[in-house]
Amino acid sequence: MSTYYKPEDLKKFGNITEFDKELGDKFFDYYGEVFKEGALTTREKSLIALAVSHAVQCPYCIDAYTSDTIEKGCTEEQLMEAVHVAAAIRGGASLVHGVQMMEKTKKILM
Amino acid sequence: MSMKSLKAQGHELASETAQLVKLNEHDFVKFKDKLDPIGLNPLKPTKIDIFQINVGKMCNQVCKHCHVDAGPDRKEIMTRETMEICLDILSKHDIGTVDLTGGAPEMNPHFRWFVEEIKKLGKHVIDRCNLTIINANKKYHDLPEFFAKHNIEIASSLPHYTPNRTDRQRGDGVFERSIDALQRLNAVGYGKEGTGLLLNLVYNPTGAMLPGPQEVLKADYKKQLFDKFGIEFNDLFVITNIPISRYLDYLIASGNYEDYMTSLIDAFNPEAAKGVMCRNTLSISWDGYIYDCDFNQMLDMKVKTNGTHLKDFDFEALSNREIIIDQHCYGCTAGLGSSCGGQTV
Ligand code: SF4
Ligand code: SF4
Repeated sequence: MSTYYKPEDLKKFGNITEFDKELGDKFFDYYGEVFKEGALTTREKSLIALAVSHAVQCPYCIDAYTSDTIEKGCTEEQLMEAVHVAAAIRGGASLVHGVQMMEKTKKILM
Repeated sequence: MSMKSLKAQGHELASETAQLVKLNEHDFVKFKDKLDPIGLNPLKPTKIDIFQINVGKMCNQVCKHCHVDAGPDRKEIMTRETMEICLDILSKHDIGTVDLTGGAPEMNPHFRWFVEEIKKLGKHVIDRCNLTIINANKKYHDLPEFFAKHNIEIASSLPHYTPNRTDRQRGDGVFERSIDALQRLNAVGYGKEGTGLLLNLVYNPTGAMLPGPQEVLKADYKKQLFDKFGIEFNDLFVITNIPISRYLDYLIASGNYEDYMTSLIDAFNPEAAKGVMCRNTLSISWDGYIYDCDFNQMLDMKVKTNGTHLKDFDFEALSNREIIIDQHCYGCTAGLGSSCGGQTV
């Protein structure tokens, strides 16, 4: 079956430099720097990446950061809590717009 | 979880040849082609300093990832005669450490005698103790005192500090019994500062992934085990699972084999390759044959020297031998490296 998303494409991510080496290299250098131990630990960064992966619904990133967080010693509970953070922010982001809806409603109704 | 070894199940992967065929049937880059450009092919020993003796495949557990395919149904056990040959060799050569493994080494009927004799030769002894043997049967309850009396270094697997992750790999109830055993070891002074009694834990991933950095995991283990159970230990050895035997079976059955091999190969680290343990270790099987490491032993790839049995032991020839490598070796060279003493980089 042919699909838009193919798991093996994740391993080919590095090949995007093929069409534009300079920008591709710059991106990967930046990416590498971002995930280095800093004020946040590499594990904290990996958990944030896992949560963001769910928020942007990227199957490649979910695949990669599920393995990465587990490799870094996270438990199933920690992974799921990170996903709930993403879900809460996404849900909250929808819901908070309800304020706009309510204000508009109140304005136009007698 | 099956309570039988692959051998007792008559499983295809109980055969060493079948494992090697499987490891080589994909067109993954050959391990030797990774060693070539960094000047490590042929792979040679540095200095032989560790004698790792597998005193038998019998074990009270049947862990899912066991590279020995050990279990209660395995009857291969080292005899006292073979142990005597080991002692003779150890008395004649400057090999500092004897690393006892199995199976559960303590189940060998000559275990205590053997340990005492090795200690008389002034060697450092490590026992790879699976912990649950200590509370498996009354006759093993005094093992902590025995270990302490002879100042044996203990290296024990505890693949995770949560019960479910450990039990899924090692069997129901193993976590709880391991905690009890660790508390008994602590009670005689193991893992406590100032006693000199070393208790090291071994972490290996409970699934199809590479391990994270040792220092980070060690800090987690120290905190979790102390806060929840008051347990203290010295070091955490982080080990990568080698794709052979029951772990290979798990990888294939769970559909993870190719991805796992790819991760190992992608993570090949030349620094880790320099520090592989076969360069300072000899591995001895229950029946007295000599191997480059415990993994080669399980694949029945004996050392590449004229004599391969302890009876023909030739320290010079062994020190200059070519180490036999194959695709499973990628497990030792991925990321921060892996050996019986943990990460190597
Ligand atoms: S991993 Fe160790 S404790 Fe588990 S079955 Fe194998 S030898 Fe026994
Ligand atoms: S599997 Fe054995 S022979 Fe291969 S690199 Fe590791 S220790 Fe050496």
